[in-house]
Amino acid sequence: MEGVSLHHLAARIQSQFPEGFIKAKEWRGDLAVTVRREHLHEVCRFLHDDPAMDFDYMVHVSSVDWPDEEERFEVVYEVYSIRKRHRIRVKARVPEHDCEVDSMTDIWRGAEFMEREVFDMMGIRFRQHPDLRRILMPDEYHEGYPLRKDFPVQGKGWRDTFEFLNEGVG
Amino acid sequence: MGLIQLGKPEKDGDLGVMTLSLEKVVNWARKGSLWPMTFGLACCAIEMIAAASSRYDIDRYGAGVFRASPRQSDLMIVAGTVCRRMAPVIRKIYDQMPEPKYVISMGSCATSGNIYDSYSVVQGVDRFIPVDIYVPGCPPTPEALFDGILKLQDQIMRKRVFTKQPEQVRV
Repeated sequence: MEGVSLHHLAARIQSQFPEGFIKAKEWRGDLAVTVRREHLHEVCRFLHDDPAMDFDYMVHVSSVDWPDEEERFEVVYEVYSIRKRHRIRVKARVPEHDCEVDSMTDIWRGAEFMEREVFDMMGIRFRQHPDLRRILMPDEYHEGYPLRKDFPVQGKGWRDTFEFLNEGVG
Repeated sequence: MGLIQLGKPEKDGDLGVMTLSLEKVVNWARKGSLWPMTFGLACCAIEMIAAASSRYDIDRYGAGVFRASPRQSDLMIVAGTVCRRMAPVIRKIYDQMPEPKYVISMGSCATSGNIYDSYSVVQGVDRFIPVDIYVPGCPPTPEALFDGILKLQDQIMRKRVFTKQPEQVRV
């Protein structure tokens, strides 16, 4: 917002990554910083390694689908510093035709399963992820990514097919 | 049920002999010793647990020996939302239960999917296992579950034991 001074953490990120920084928004004490996805990994590395930042705890990874916008998807990382007791939300936009971001598993190992969930539900791929498989849906699920806005709520028939009934058990 | 009247005949100097069909005795034994299998999948399980504990005491109906193994149980109470990924597991466990076996579908979710008309929720367990009793409610109270058990016991009393029953329809 104009006229309001930037949160000191956001100002730090902006001065450190003038090219990667897009915007910061603080609302009711929650700070959200949007960065370019090419810079997402180094911003996160900085957040983790810098002693003044010291974000050591990966809280949550999620994703948002904005079907009408040019860069359709948004990956959201929420991290917390246990020692400094502050938190920050880092967002990066991902276009549909190139649905990939760098994985954060080398910085926070705890991101592994959460990134798998984002991949499973939204179809965003994570580069350098050690084990990028579906996590909630079965491996052989082929209907797409259920949390995308263009996915039909009832699915595409999987919930009503019971192939195990024909395997002749019982 | 008037089947076994201990005490009075002996007092009267009777021989204690009753005539009744063996089928009835077998059914009476079966209905009085239902061993349910815990199959809590969602919040309905809480009501099922409440039904099993001291305030409601499911044991009054002879259905209190909850087992964690399908091999030791003859009643499956499917309590909660059935996800599609859970379906093959439920079917496998149902197949592992020894005959005779009964299924109670507890709650709206297990019966019809309830409000969860979504890609991952099965719209009723009866799509892949045969169900004897449906208990409505979201979640059903323990009393409602008991009503289901009593109705199942009535149903068991009407079953044929020594004559061949019609083949169970496979869903």
